[in-house]
Amino acid sequence: MHPDWMEKNMATRDLAQRLLEIGSFDGFEFDCQPIPGEIELLQVTVSEFEDLPVFVSVTDNQILCITYLFAESDLDPAQRSDILEEMLTLNIPMPLSSFAKIDDRYVVFGALAIGSGIEEICHELITLTENCAEALLALEEYLK
Amino acid sequence: MSILKKIVSAVRGGASELGELIVDSNGTRIFEQEIRDAENYLRKAKHDLTDVMAKQMQSSRQVESTRQEILQHESYAVKALKQNDEALALEVAEKVSTFEADLEEQEAVLAAFTDHVTRLKTLVKKTERQLADYERQLSMVKTTESVQKASASISDNYASTSSRILSAKDSLDRIKKRQQETYDRMEAAEALEKEEQGDLDEKLEDAGIIPPPKSAQDVLDRIKREQA
Repeated sequence: MHPDWMEKNMATRDLAQRLLEIGSFDGFEFDCQPIPGEIELLQVTVSEFEDLPVFVSVTDNQILCITYLFAESDLDPAQRSDILEEMLTLNIPMPLSSFAKIDDRYVVFGALAIGSGIEEICHELITLTENCAEALLALEEYLK
Repeated sequence: MSILKKIVSAVRGGASELGELIVDSNGTRIFEQEIRDAENYLRKAKHDLTDVMAKQMQSSRQVESTRQEILQHESYAVKALKQNDEALALEVAEKVSTFEADLEEQEAVLAAFTDHVTRLKTLVKKTERQLADYERQLSMVKTTESVQKASASISDNYASTSSRILSAKDSLDRIKKRQQETYDRMEAAEALEKEEQGDLDEKLEDAGIIPPPKSAQDVLDRIKREQA
């Protein structure tokens, strides 16, 4: 059975409530901010990583957590194919998260099953943020 | 064209094409309609299957009962022959031949039902597979739609609050700075711990409570003593 906060319409707002209630997890604190728009969206920042907000959306069958890495314009065009190859290579070693691209932005994302518990979500948010920071450090040489 | 390929070309084509993908012929609504149709079809096929299976069972019971009749009447004929009642035996044999004709007919009906059941079961499986496939495709389209809309909301939100998503370099600089701070803190804590422990050890040695650390010479002396 799904947790009650997973009732679809209220999903993101209730998730925000849950994160605020839990306050901190594994020594990290969360800050949540809803983002208005056609799709209910939650911006979550993990303490110490305020620059790398996670955008959380709840779809029919999954919870998507996305963090922006860099824009196409941040890349050195001459090294583009190298970085793409590097990202593909890093995809499996990077725990729980994957590289992806939305419009002209490269992102790291993680998807959770819709019935995931709050602790799994917290774990995902922290891991994703840490992965994002690691990935930025790993790919720094390709950035303009 | 596979749905993934359609999504790729729609995303390449930009927002308007993506919008088309979602509401157009291959979009969400069509998929949802197809899923509903497939579900109805599946429900009907399952209902038909139950009906036909019931008829198959009925027919099978009939075949079995006719077979029993034949066996029984054959045994009657044998008994009549044993009693040398040829006329009675012939009469029974006629009955048996009628049963055999019935049996042939009933077996044909049973075979037809069995065949129908097999075909319906295949159909149900095929429809279930198709349904799962539609649902998978719908989920892909919906997720693409959702991510695109979310991305638009994020961009709008940043544009409207005149803040911006930090550039990768800015983020990197901050991450590094923070990493350095963490290392420095750890180092400082370690140094402090060493210092405090060192002070205490010295005081304890001075007070004669713990022995001073042994020098190499002490160790060598001990080894020599043990050798002697």
